[in-house]
Order: sequence, then C-alpha cells, then structure tokens
Amino acid sequence: MKIFVPRDMAAVAVGADRVAAAIEAEARARNIPVSIVRNGSRGLFWLEPLVEVTTASGRIGYGPLSEADVPSLFEQRFFDGAPHPKCLGHVDKIPFLARQARFTFGRAGVIDPLSLDDYRHHGGFKGLESALSLGGVGIIAAVKESGLRGRGGAGFPTGIKWETVARTPASQKYIVCNADEGDSGTFADRLIMEADPFMLIEGMTIAGIGVGATKGYIYLRSEYPFAIRMMQQAIGIARHAGYLGASIDGSGAAFDIEVRVGAGAYVCGEETSLLDSLEGKRGQVRAKPPLPAIRGLFGRPTVINNTITLASVSFIMAEGAKAYAEIGYGRSRGTMPVQLAGNVKFGGLFECAFGVTLGELVNDIGGGTHSGRPVRAVQAGGPLGAYFPPALFDTPYDYEAFAKKDGLIGHGGLVVFDDTVDMAKMARFAMKFCAIESCGKCTPCRIGAVRGTETFDKIIAGIEPERNLALVRDLCETMKFGSLCALGGFTPYPVLSALDHFPEDFATPPLRHAAE
Amino acid sequence: MGLIQEIDYGTKPANAETLVSLTIDGVAVSVPEGTSVMRAAMEIGTQIPKLCASDMLDSFGSCRLCLVEIEGRAGTPASCTTLVAEGMVVHTQNERLGRIRKGVMELYISDHPLDCLTCSANGDCELQDMAGAVGLRDVRYGYAGDNHLDAAKDVSNPYFRFDPAKCIVCSRCVRACEEVQGTFALTIAGRGFDSKVSPGMEENFFDSECVSCGACVQACPTATLMETSVIEIGQPEHSAVTTCAYCGVGCSFKAEMRGEQVVRMVPYKDGKANHGHSCVKGRFAWGYATHRDRITKPMIRAKITDPWHEVSWDEAIAHTASEFKHIQAKYGRSSVGGITSSRCTNEETYLVQKLVRAGFGNNNVDTCARVCHSPTGYGLSQTFGTSAGTQDFDSVEQADVMLLIGANPTDGHPVFASRMKKRLREGAKLIVIDPRRIDLVRTPHVEAEYHLPIRPGTNVAILSAIAHVIVTENLIDADYIRERCDADAFAHWAEFVSQERNSPEALAATTGVDPELVRKAARLYATGGNGAIYYGLGITEHSQGTTAVMALANLAMATGNIGRVGVGVNPLRGQNNVQGSCDMGSFPHEYTGYRHVGTENVRESFEIDWGIKLDPEPGLRIPNMLDAAIDGTFMGLYIQGEDIAQSDPDIKHITAGLSAMECVVVQDLFLNETAQFAHVFLPGSTFLEKNGTFTNAERRIQRVRKVMTPKNGYEDWEITQLISNAVGFPMNYAHPSEIMDEVARLTPTFANVSFDLLDRVGSVQWPCNEAAPEGTPIMHIDHFVRGQGRFFVTEYVPTDEKTGPRYPLLLTTGRILSQYNVGAQTRRTENSAWHKEDLLEIHPHDAEQRGVTDGSWVKVASRSGEIALHAKVTERVAPGVVYTTFHHPMTMANIVTTDYSDWATNCPEYKVTAVQVSPSNGPTDAQRDYAELGRRTRQIEVAAAE
Ligand SMILES: Cc1cc2nc3c(=O)[nH]c(=O)nc-3n(C[C@H](O)[C@H](O)[C@H](O)COP(=O)(O)O)c2cc1C
Ligand code: SF4
Ligand code: SF4
Ligand code: SF4
Ligand code: SF4
Ligand code: FES
Repeated sequence: MKIFVPRDMAAVAVGADRVAAAIEAEARARNIPVSIVRNGSRGLFWLEPLVEVTTASGRIGYGPLSEADVPSLFEQRFFDGAPHPKCLGHVDKIPFLARQARFTFGRAGVIDPLSLDDYRHHGGFKGLESALSLGGVGIIAAVKESGLRGRGGAGFPTGIKWETVARTPASQKYIVCNADEGDSGTFADRLIMEADPFMLIEGMTIAGIGVGATKGYIYLRSEYPFAIRMMQQAIGIARHAGYLGASIDGSGAAFDIEVRVGAGAYVCGEETSLLDSLEGKRGQVRAKPPLPAIRGLFGRPTVINNTITLASVSFIMAEGAKAYAEIGYGRSRGTMPVQLAGNVKFGGLFECAFGVTLGELVNDIGGGTHSGRPVRAVQAGGPLGAYFPPALFDTPYDYEAFAKKDGLIGHGGLVVFDDTVDMAKMARFAMKFCAIESCGKCTPCRIGAVRGTETFDKIIAGIEPERNLALVRDLCETMKFGSLCALGGFTPYPVLSALDHFPEDFATPPLRHAAE
Repeated sequence: MGLIQEIDYGTKPANAETLVSLTIDGVAVSVPEGTSVMRAAMEIGTQIPKLCASDMLDSFGSCRLCLVEIEGRAGTPASCTTLVAEGMVVHTQNERLGRIRKGVMELYISDHPLDCLTCSANGDCELQDMAGAVGLRDVRYGYAGDNHLDAAKDVSNPYFRFDPAKCIVCSRCVRACEEVQGTFALTIAGRGFDSKVSPGMEENFFDSECVSCGACVQACPTATLMETSVIEIGQPEHSAVTTCAYCGVGCSFKAEMRGEQVVRMVPYKDGKANHGHSCVKGRFAWGYATHRDRITKPMIRAKITDPWHEVSWDEAIAHTASEFKHIQAKYGRSSVGGITSSRCTNEETYLVQKLVRAGFGNNNVDTCARVCHSPTGYGLSQTFGTSAGTQDFDSVEQADVMLLIGANPTDGHPVFASRMKKRLREGAKLIVIDPRRIDLVRTPHVEAEYHLPIRPGTNVAILSAIAHVIVTENLIDADYIRERCDADAFAHWAEFVSQERNSPEALAATTGVDPELVRKAARLYATGGNGAIYYGLGITEHSQGTTAVMALANLAMATGNIGRVGVGVNPLRGQNNVQGSCDMGSFPHEYTGYRHVGTENVRESFEIDWGIKLDPEPGLRIPNMLDAAIDGTFMGLYIQGEDIAQSDPDIKHITAGLSAMECVVVQDLFLNETAQFAHVFLPGSTFLEKNGTFTNAERRIQRVRKVMTPKNGYEDWEITQLISNAVGFPMNYAHPSEIMDEVARLTPTFANVSFDLLDRVGSVQWPCNEAAPEGTPIMHIDHFVRGQGRFFVTEYVPTDEKTGPRYPLLLTTGRILSQYNVGAQTRRTENSAWHKEDLLEIHPHDAEQRGVTDGSWVKVASRSGEIALHAKVTERVAPGVVYTTFHHPMTMANIVTTDYSDWATNCPEYKVTAVQVSPSNGPTDAQRDYAELGRRTRQIEVAAAE
C-alpha cells in the first residue's frame, strides 16, 4: 500500500515531515502495512502537505494536512481512497492541475524521485535513447525545430546556442546548468530537481552528446539544500546504473555531472558571473563577446542553460520536436511553467502553453488575491520585470507580446499585489534591490542604483518631485543602455513601469515620508 | 623637447593576417581581424571616450563610456569589447550616445572629490579629460549622497600613495597587477557600491604581496594611485626615452622631467624588451643619482691610510697619468691595466679597453662579467658559435615548455619573469631546477610542472641525467641533428650520456633528485612542443659553469630546440650591460665581437684605425693582476664603475692584491668598497647624465639618453678620454655616437649599428650588419653561426668544495628583487624598506639541530672565513642547504666563499660553499674590523663630506 508524502522543501516547511511521521506511527499502531513514498511536489502549494494514495481509479489526494488529521484519515481508510473532509478526489482532476499542459512537469509529484524504475516506467530515458540514435547533428536539429527558448530569462533560442558550441572546435566543452534560481517568487527549478532529478540529468546528457561535451556542472543555489542532496543522490544512482560516466547507457559516449553550490548572490545567476564563480573567482559579470558558447567555463566552449530549459529537452527528445512546437503562441513555442506567487489565492506552478493572457493566469487560475482585495499590480518575470496594471491583463503570455509592453517573461514568475501596494516604494525598492545585488563592475549600476534609491527618497519626501522624476528617467536611460548586464540594464523595467502605470503614487502633495 | 605622449589605443593590437573593413562615422578603415571597434576608431584618429580600457590590458567593459551604435545591432555595445566585423557601420557619437555618456560621467562625479586644482593628477587625469570630452556641466544628484570621500589614504609604500577617495573602480590597477605583473596582489573587495580596491586581504600595500612594480600606478587613470614624486614635484614637462641601468632585462623608460629634476620614470610601451612594464628598481629606485653620499669632486691621496683630499679635474688626471707612466717606466709596460664595467655604456667600455690596449700598450683589461657570465660566452660560442643567448624575450610568448635552471627571475629579472608567468598562465609548462623553491615554483595562477630540487653544485649531473633519458628513450630530434649538427660529436656525446652511470637512477645519490621526476621532466622538455631554456648565475657561478652551459646547449640541439621562435638557450644576464661589456672587447684576449688579439688581420684592422702597434699577446685576467700585484709586478689599475672588493670572491686575495699596488684609480659614484684601497678617486656619472648605449640579455642595443648635466662634471667616457690624452694616446670624440661609429667600423657583427639607426628604430639586436640591417632577434635560424652545432661531452666532476663533518651545509647565494648587486645604488633609495639586511635562509630542521631561531644572529663559517648575520628559518631551502644574498657590504658574504672557479674562464664559484652554521651574538671580528677600516679609509679632508 503506497502513500505519497512530498519531501518537497515547501511542503516540508508546512509540515510534510510531521505528517509522514504521523502516518508511519499510526500505521504501525494499527498494524497496517504501508510504504511511504516521499515524492516531489505537484506544485499546488496551497494544498501542501498534499498526501496521495493509489487506487484502482487513480491517485486520490488529501490536503492540506497536518498531523492532527492523520488518525481520522486512517479511521476513514484514506489508503483506499475513501472520503474525508480533506479529500480532494482525483488529483489529476483538480482544476488547477487539469488545466495544465504538463510537458516538463509530467512526472513531478507523481514518481519517487530517486527510483530509476519509476522514472523509466514513466517514460524516462526515452529522450536519451532517441538522442543517442540521432547523434549531435540530429539533436541540435530537433532542439531547433522545437522552438525551445531559454527559460532562465533571456529567451534565447536554445538550439542556436547549442549549435554555436557544437561548431566551436575545442578539446573540452562543458554543459552548465544554471540552477541559481534567484528570482523572487520562483521555484520551478527547485521543483524539478526535487521531484524529477533524473530528467535534468537526462537533459544535460543529451546536451552533452549534442555539442560534444563530456562534463556538466549544476550550479545550485545554497538556499536549496534539499535539491542539492537530491541531485547528488540522483547523480550517484545514475552513475551507478551507467547513465553517467565513461559510456552512457553502453553507447560509448562519455558524460558526467558535478553539483556545485552557488555563492549566494543574485548576480551569480547571470551566466558569465556564474562561470566566474564556478571557476572559483568572485562572481563578477564578464563582458560579452566572447560568448560563453565560444569561451565559457575555463575558457572552453560552454552551453549554459537554465534548469527548465535542459529538463524540457528530455521531453522534446522523447516525444518529438513537433509535439513541443505544436503548441504555443507566436515565436514562443511549447510550454512555460508559470509560477504564481505573492498575494494570490492559488499559488503554485502552472505549466501551460504560451498564449494565455496575463489576466487569465492571475484571476482565473490564480483566483485573484489571497487577501480578497482587488489586484492592483503584477510583477512579471522576477525582480527585474515590469509591474503590469490590470489594464494590461489582456496581454498574451508571450516573449514578444510582453516585450512590446516593456515587460518580461523571464523565468516565469508572477508576483501579485493588491490595492494596498505603494508603487513609489516598489520603484524605490527596485533601485535598492539593484544596489544591494550589484556586482559593482559597471558604473551605471554600481553608482546609478544608489543614486536612484536616493533620488526616490527625495521624491517620496516630496523634494523637487518633478525635477527628480525627470532625473530618474534619465538615470533609467543610462542604466538601460549603459549597464553591462541585465541587472542594471533591466532595473529600469520595474521602475519605469511603476512610473508609467501608477503615476498617482508619485504625485505630491501630500508629502510622503521617506521609506525605511 | 616636450613630453612624449604615447597613444593609448584602448585595446591590444590583433595580430591576425586577415583584414576586416568597416566604416566608422563615415570613414572607411581596414584593420586586422580581432581588433576592437575602439582600436579601429583610434587608428583613424577617432578617440571614443573611455576610462576602463588601456592597450596594456585585456578589455574589460566596465566604465560604459565607450558605447557606440552599430547599424543592425540592438542597443549600444561597448566599443572596447566589441570586435570589428566586415561591413560594420559604426557611429561613435549622436544625441543618445552623448546623453548616456554624460549620464555615466554624472554618476562618477557624484562620488568624487571636487579638488581638481590641488590634485596631483591635475593635467594628467583621464577622469578630468572625459568629463570634458562628454561635456558634463551639471551633477544633478548633488554631492550629499552616499560616497567614498572619507576613505583613508594608504601611504605605506615609499614610492606611491593610494587615495581611495579618488577611485573610480575601473579595475585597471587590479588587472595590471594580474595581467602585466602577474602578482595578483590587488582585488576588488566588497560588491556593488562598496566595491573598493584592496591589496590582499584588506592589508596596506606595503604589507601585502605587492612587489612595488608600479604597473598599477601607471594604469590608474586618476590620482588614486600616484607616484610620491609627482605628488611632491608636480607634473613633468619634458621627457626622453632611455634604458634602465639595473638588470639585464634592459627596460626602456621615459624619463619624465621638470628641468633637470626627474619627476618619474615611466616604462616605455615601445620598449621591445619590456613593452611598457618595469620593476621597482627601474621605475622607482633612481634617487641614488642625487643621494648625498655621491662624490662629485675628484680626490687623491698618497697612501690608502691617508684621508682623501679633493683636487681639480686637471690635477687628478695629471696625477693619474704621471703615476701610470711612472709605474710603467719602473715595472714595465705590462705593470698596469684596467677593468671595465658592466654598468657603464658600451661606448665607455670600449674606450677603457682602447685606453689599455692603445694607451697603456698591453692587453691587461678585464671585466667583472667573469664573476657571472663568462661561462656563457665560452660555452655558447663553442657549441653554437656565438657568445650570447639565442632568442629575443618575445620568443617566450611561443614557448610551450620552459626549463629554468639556476635563475630566480621573479627577483633577478622581474620584468621577464612577468612575461614568463603570463605565458605560463596561458598554458605553457615549467620545469624548475634549483636547490631552492623559488617563487616561480608556485605563485598565484602559476605552478611548475616539475621542481627538481638539486643539491647545490650538481647542475652538470642533473643535465647529464636528463640527456640520458632523452637519448635512451629516443626522444631526440634525429632529423634536426642530422641536418644541423656535427655527427661525430653527437655520436660521441650520445654514447657518453647513454652510459648507465649517467642515468637518473645512478645519479640520484649525487643530485638528490627522485629519478622518476627527472625522467618526467626530461620527457616533457623533449616532447612538450617548443622547449626554451632559461638560466642564470646558478649555472655559471660554479666550478663547472662552462660545462653546464654546454650541457644546456647539448640538450637544446638534441631536441631540435634551437633556431626558431619559442625555443633557444637563454642566459638571464645579471647586470644591465654584461652582454655589452663583453661584446665591447673587455677580455684580455679579445677585441670587440670576441675576436682574439692574436688574430693577425683583426689586430691589423685595429692598428690601422688607431694608428698604433698593438700587443698580440693576451693580457692578464683580474685574478692574475692581483697575483702579479702580490708578486710585485703589477702596480697600477684603473677601475671604471666596478666594485671588485665587494663583488669578487675571496675577498682576502683582493685585499692583498689591491693593497700591494702603487696606484689604484677608482671611478665610481660612491666611495665603494674598492675605493678603500684606491689612491685616486674619479667621480663618475649616472645613466641619467650620459649618452650612450646598453646591450641587454637578448643582445638588444638600446639608447641611454642624457637628461641632466653630470653632477661630477663629466660623462664617464669623457674621463677615460682625458686620461688617454694625458698618457699620450690622443682621443677626441665629441659624442658617444662617434665611438659607436668606430665600433661599427671595426666589428663585423655591429657593422650597421649607429645612433641614427637606434633613434630611428628604437633598438636592434646584434648581429646587425649588411646581412641583417635591422638586427637579429633569433639566432642560428638556418644553420649555426659556427656552421654545424657541436655537442660536447660534459663529464660531471664534483666540485672540490665538499661538505664534511666540519662544514656540513652547502651555502648558495642569490639576489632579491628590491636590491641590486652589491646594493650601492639600491641601498641609497627607499628600496631599503624591503631589504634592510642580508639574511641567512636555513631549513627548520637544520635550524632546530643547531638551536638557531628565526631572527637570531648566526655565524656562518667556511674554510675561507666566517661572517655573522641574522637567520631566517624557512622551508624554501632544502635541508642541508643555506642561502643568502649579497646586497650589503657589511655582510661580507664573500669572506666565506672560496676561490674555486670555473675551469675554462675562472668564473668564481659563488653558488656553492661548504659551511657550518652556529648561533652567535653579533658581527664577527672581521666584520667589525672591516667596518672600522671602512670608516678610516673613507675620510675626506676639507669640509667636503657635508
Ligand atoms: C542578474 C541576473 C540573474 C540571473 N539569474 C538567473 C538564474 O537564477 N537562473 C537562470 O537560469 N538564469 C538567470 N539569469 C539568466 C542567465 O544569465 C542566462 O541567460 C541563462 O542562464 C541562460 O540559460 P537559458 O538560455 O536556458 O535561459 C540571470 C541573468 C541576470 C542578468
Ligand atoms: S549591471 Fe550591475 S550586476 Fe551587471 S555588470 Fe554592471 S554592476 Fe555588475
Ligand atoms: S605595484 Fe605592482 S605588484 Fe604592487 S599592487 Fe601594483 S601592480 Fe601589483
Ligand atoms: S585605483 Fe585607479 S586604477 Fe585602480 S580602480 Fe581605482 S581609479 Fe581604477
Ligand atoms: S632592473 Fe631590470 S627588470 Fe627592473 S626595470 Fe631595470 S631592466 Fe627592467
Ligand atoms: S572603455 Fe569600454 S567600457 Fe570602459
């Protein structure tokens, strides 16, 4: 009798371990043989801890649970899928999940993350097999055909990046997985690594075969201890089973992976700074060119991709590029794991085809605010993304459509705010965030973010607001066009969107008091 | 005469053959592929604003002033990091770019002190220039925001100051320290707005790893890092290019002046030996030129125990001439001689030997180069046919494996060491053979592949072992040997090194090196691509110095590593003009260009040119002169610019010899150690006060240019000329260029050299003649100068200097970065801050056994004598080996060195002496006596001593 209790970091934070222990104790007391599987999360965070049981008709879920619920669950024979006040019915039919197109997250929460059998049983390594038979050229062609774009932020076509690496001659090449996931309110990378680690291994291996790299690194942020442990274990298991090492799955091709724990700064997620950090230096942004694809880690051609990008490749190679490219919107093909966070009713991971509108995502799927107050703003694409007002909720979720509205898709984060938000403070915070996270290399960001923060302080204090608002706009131009990387270069997005869409928050009088 | 302004192209040149054409602001330009847009613009005279870029450094892209627009590309790429592409259309200025640049400058100035008028960089500040270039008129942020204006100054370094309040965090200093100097002493500490330049772990400059090379100061665009001399004097107004007078690297400098006062020395980017870099000595240690110890008036005395009294130049010269004539009359023509200097110019050296040969009528001329490099001259001329290194320094950029033996470049040849390190960071491999774990064995981002810590005195043995591996494992370049070398000599040599007794295993007991390590190193040198050998005094200053040089030459020939870029056998010459002084005929048996005095037609050419009959018999070497003095047959010696009492071995012998002479004439800047035995002191001039040329370790002849009037009244060559005229052999050169013309006329390898040529092309490497009108960077390209390369059998003969129960330790000597040779100059500068005294390095194990603790006084005794100095307990030396420097006369390290010397050239064996070390409580009697002697014999009558 299998009972699934997530060991996902977010689920554990709300008591999943305690629930698992209670189930085990209760089963022992009642002398009921159960085997508890610690799965990953399905990404429905408001329902965690979400416990599932297998029944003939499929998986039945119960949640959100606390250990106090456990005796009554046993009482009601939940392990047979029996009704209970916390019973959610068939998990697959929960609307939030049922509406998704789970291409990349299909196994997340379903399988035992460290069971190779489970993985294979659910279609794992199908992509690798087809990749091995296609070879490098075929792999790259498929990735190009799929239309996959980088899910780390910039949305750069993955196939083209790989092709550059493949075409650059070198004795050693590298695959680097960017699992630094620093955007506030995002968790897709973590979810994949905790729920389906073999998929990332498979994706990186395919990348390695595709470009001729034999060594991969996963740069994993230190704030993700569960994912670090999970990936290390999974790599060990895969290596032991011959899926990593000198001859992958007996193919003769070599590939291996190492986990490196990140240095903790937001800017270390920026690819060149990440490479510096991997090399043991103090993560500072490098000027491009040279592109990492040509001179990356230790000066060698390097594929650096986001976790989700690499994970998606497993699906693409297993199900075919067409299957992926078929859905989507415009030049944004396939699916995006949208991560709903902030003041939202149903927070979690929603993987769907590009093209849904922002309003659908926030209101229909997210259910509006958690506080029940009207939505006033949504910050899309992480801390460097623009604030969208409800007036722009008809914008389709698509790289180009968002760019046209001076916004970002980024890593797929959406952070919702209700009408109590003070956008002047948010604009100031954007500058402050940039000042705190700046690596300090380039002038517009190093000094600009500090001056920007100070100037907003003046604006908020009602000091020469007009002159200072004009100054902030000039500063934004300097930062946008002058900064070396997107930290300084994109900080103007949240700032200017706040100014443009919420001008009333910057009006004076009445005199406001300086923040902090 | 204005200030030489070198163009800064912003990024390094690209050396691709393919040209790329583009348009910049409507002007078409073609540049090599790989050139930055910034540099391409500069080629057509368009200066794109920049602050973080410099053509000495890799592009970095941090200041964001250099943004441009490129048609068809998004955004505003930085021109320093963007490479040109065919057909590119670039706009360097428009309204938007102007606005962004102004925006950046506005940010800079919002965190910068507003004291331009009183700032030391006023007039030479790139930040000022850029504020002007972008038209900044207003700082709308005000000056009340967060800033760094209160950051504390760091004045720990005597030569430059660090004022972080003015720092714009461009990282040029950090990058210069890494890329140019290779020391990695600086980092940017902190992040974001808190980023700041920090030596080491927030130390001050003096206490950090900083070696005070000044590259960071030169790189700094603001007054943040500034020479103390500029802070004190102000900005220079004119400059001349000249050559460093310290070591054999021969760095080229702009002497930047205000009137006759040196403001600063700035390494010259066009200098082909140094490409704009230098070390602490050349850049900063020129203060001795105006030091109060300098003697500027001639002095004479009857006896060496008398005090000196000042006389006029006329009197000093007349007195010298009459003494020498008198001696020759009394003891014979051969009873006088001269010593030339490796510190003086080629022209001065040439003149001294001419004075001896033509004016004195004998060949008793020698040079202290014997102390260091005569084995090189002899060893390489026998094997290859030329008495000099085979490469230029640039060659190292293409070396794949460097074999470094008996040299410590980071201290002895710092600028070349930086270039080695750079190449090593690019991936070349290094083999170090040295008893000590010298810095290059492991320094930031450089690690030797193999370090073979040999026992001192076993160079020849280890080289035989390496040769054994190369021959027996068939790693030789057979084609090369067949085409280029003497077959019989090779066969003979190959048979010799193949013998089992020359195997690494058999020699392990002798060398003390793990045979497997030797095998690996041999394989690497033979098969690792371009193999380049660099060696120093640790090879030559041995009883088997010449043998070891030949052994190196054998290795290079056997592996085909001679005759192209990236390979070669290269001596790292000690003094600035060792090469030149040897070239100029300083040896008793050779005229200029190493031609024997006995060679009829050569001698005749000199006889005709000089209009006088010359002696066909070789003259006396320095040790023979001293012997003859003790025997009473050699009574007069003219010593120009050398301190033989300090730098020659066996000080007792020297003392006895000099004391026995009737007239010793010392021409020098200071009352040096030798002057204690002198009867005439002729004040010399510094390199800043004369015209001439020096020849560096790569045979490069470079100009020395006069930037101030000689304080002593004459350039050194003029003094020699005065003596010559007074002894009756007329000379009347008006300028050193005429001397060089004469050298060129009489020396086939110099035939094309002239000051005009040097002024035109900067420098040339000899041979420079019809066959090579602008010199020869790489020698022996198609064939060896001697025809076929010749292998020599190099039998290892253990030195007679053996350790035993009484003297169980081996002493070796060397030098350190901040001091130069006997320290006459460097001790008279702030460099003393780094090296106040010579220390004895001893391994903790040996120290422990003897009860010696770090910093305590120890006595070092050898068969010859004993000295005392402070101990430094360190694992840099192996057990059984002790090490000291010889920069301070009071150490008298030479008291303990012995008089064994190289069989072929008498080069003294400095590098190995058997000694015992024991605790002591202060200087030895000899040291005390010597100090007392120094005090007595340096007394000057009249009120001249200030
Ligand atoms: C300040 C900054 C932070 C970033 N952080 C991340 C991150 O945490 N994870 C990530 O995948 N990409 C991050 N990126 C984007 C990366 O630079 C890079 O574009 C990405 O790893 C490329 O992979 P992809 O093509 O698969 O998206 C960041 C970029 C910037 C400018
Ligand atoms: S924009 Fe900011 S984070 Fe990016 S390189 Fe510049 S200083 Fe560093
Ligand atoms: S002086 Fe030289 S060694 Fe010292 S910090 Fe500057 S560049 Fe580095
Ligand atoms: S000290 Fe000078 S060179 Fe170094 S970062 Fe500051 S301004 Fe730039
Ligand atoms: S001492 Fe040598 S390395 Fe230093 S500046 Fe002079 S020539 Fe260059
Ligand atoms: S000069 Fe190009 S960014 Fe500084």
